[in-house]
Amino acid sequence: MGRQTPLFKLHQELNARIVDFGGWDMPVQYGSQIGEHHAVRRAAGVFDVSHMCVVDLRGARVRAFLQHLLANDVGKLRAPGKALYSCMLNEHGGVLDDLIAYFLTESWFRTVVNAGTRDKDLAWIRRGAADFGVQVAERTDLAMLAVQGPQAREKAVQLLGAPEQAAALALGAFVGRELGGWFVARTGYTGEDGFEIMMPAGDAVPAWRRLNALGVASCGLGARDTLRLEAGMNLYGHEMDESTHPFESGLAWTVALDPPGRDFVGRSALEAIRERGVPRKLVGLLLEDRGVLRSHQRVIAPAGEGEITSGTFSPTLERSIALARVPAATLGQVQVEIRGKLLHAKVVKPPFVRNGRPLVS
Amino acid sequence: MSNVPPDLKYTKSHEWIRTLPDGTVEIGITDHAQHALGDLVFVEVPEAGRAVKQGEPCAVVESVKAASDVYAPLDVEITAGNPRLADAPETVNSDPYGEGWLMRMRPAAGALAAAGLLTAADYQKVQEAEGA
Repeated sequence: MGRQTPLFKLHQELNARIVDFGGWDMPVQYGSQIGEHHAVRRAAGVFDVSHMCVVDLRGARVRAFLQHLLANDVGKLRAPGKALYSCMLNEHGGVLDDLIAYFLTESWFRTVVNAGTRDKDLAWIRRGAADFGVQVAERTDLAMLAVQGPQAREKAVQLLGAPEQAAALALGAFVGRELGGWFVARTGYTGEDGFEIMMPAGDAVPAWRRLNALGVASCGLGARDTLRLEAGMNLYGHEMDESTHPFESGLAWTVALDPPGRDFVGRSALEAIRERGVPRKLVGLLLEDRGVLRSHQRVIAPAGEGEITSGTFSPTLERSIALARVPAATLGQVQVEIRGKLLHAKVVKPPFVRNGRPLVS
Repeated sequence: MSNVPPDLKYTKSHEWIRTLPDGTVEIGITDHAQHALGDLVFVEVPEAGRAVKQGEPCAVVESVKAASDVYAPLDVEITAGNPRLADAPETVNSDPYGEGWLMRMRPAAGALAAAGLLTAADYQKVQEAEGA
């Protein structure tokens, strides 16, 4: 038996198929994974993401600490509640994790890191925080629900009190705010609009039931994966890990080398890597034959070989899509080895889907 | 607990077999198998006329999660693949014993009797042993 979120019994009651995910017993689907995917693209779905790790950082020098710790620059975050997506690197420029950091006050930032890297991340953060006098608090008292889809926000706000509803609807993209004891953030991992809501653990089950009653579909990790891949979003352990740097993982846009005076962990390694030239890049692939692209399949391009980092069947496009790390010169057409056969795929720039509509064909 | 119709025969690899009035057999995958695979996105069935031996992989069912071979339960000649499944593979999930049939086949002489197929009760035990 793995770790369980506050919603575990409810998932069982809803007939979820439970699987092990990084040591957690999590719902992969409740009925049809493809049905859950379509519910999020067309209406609204709710995901239990309570396995993820919320870390509050407090202290007079917390901003300076995060400017040192993270490859993206929290110096950009000036409006209270504004968040950014960043990698946390080691000294070699390898990716320790990806995360979201929220600026709440000058002495309080919140970060959300991945479940699978929780222990490593906490040890790394605590070590760095000591040098800046920053307190690190893992918020194990919180559950987190992601409500995503074109109808997600209008449905989710009905769980809030009347005064909080207007404030929640007014949240801009990538902004979070404490409202009535819950932390509501306009963020997500599906490519749709919506909220990720951090709440006291005891509120999670009633909140989920209320969302179901409002017509929000229960959605599992299976749909979460097909949605994020259509949206061109990376998954730690697939598109990047400690052996890869951001430039070959489609994450150059998350690295803020300006201002040049900001020394962050991994900066000098990245500058050296950039100097030498980056031989590999992350691309999107659209399979042109029948089949399904999957992690670790071999990619054959004129410029050399590469590997699929994540692949799946896209319910919105009704074809297979993937992200792959390939030689930097790779363009146009490639072949992928699937169960001993060479199938044809087209190189595309992710995302594959935006606002529920295909961007590629 | 998944559905196991009592009038069919089964294999350990989660195929079901129905004898048709004209002496051919129809096969598919069981409710347990379709549930384990999840939503099917592609089904590859063989061409009519192909001869396959018992235990030989002769079709592929592919879900979002994984691709799975389907094995010939006895020595046969394929007479038809289900034409519906090219455009509607999810039929195997929604109606695995009916419209979701995969193939029809003509058994070699004596093959059906010699095949060692499982009864519904035996197959239920197989499922239980797998923790289903």
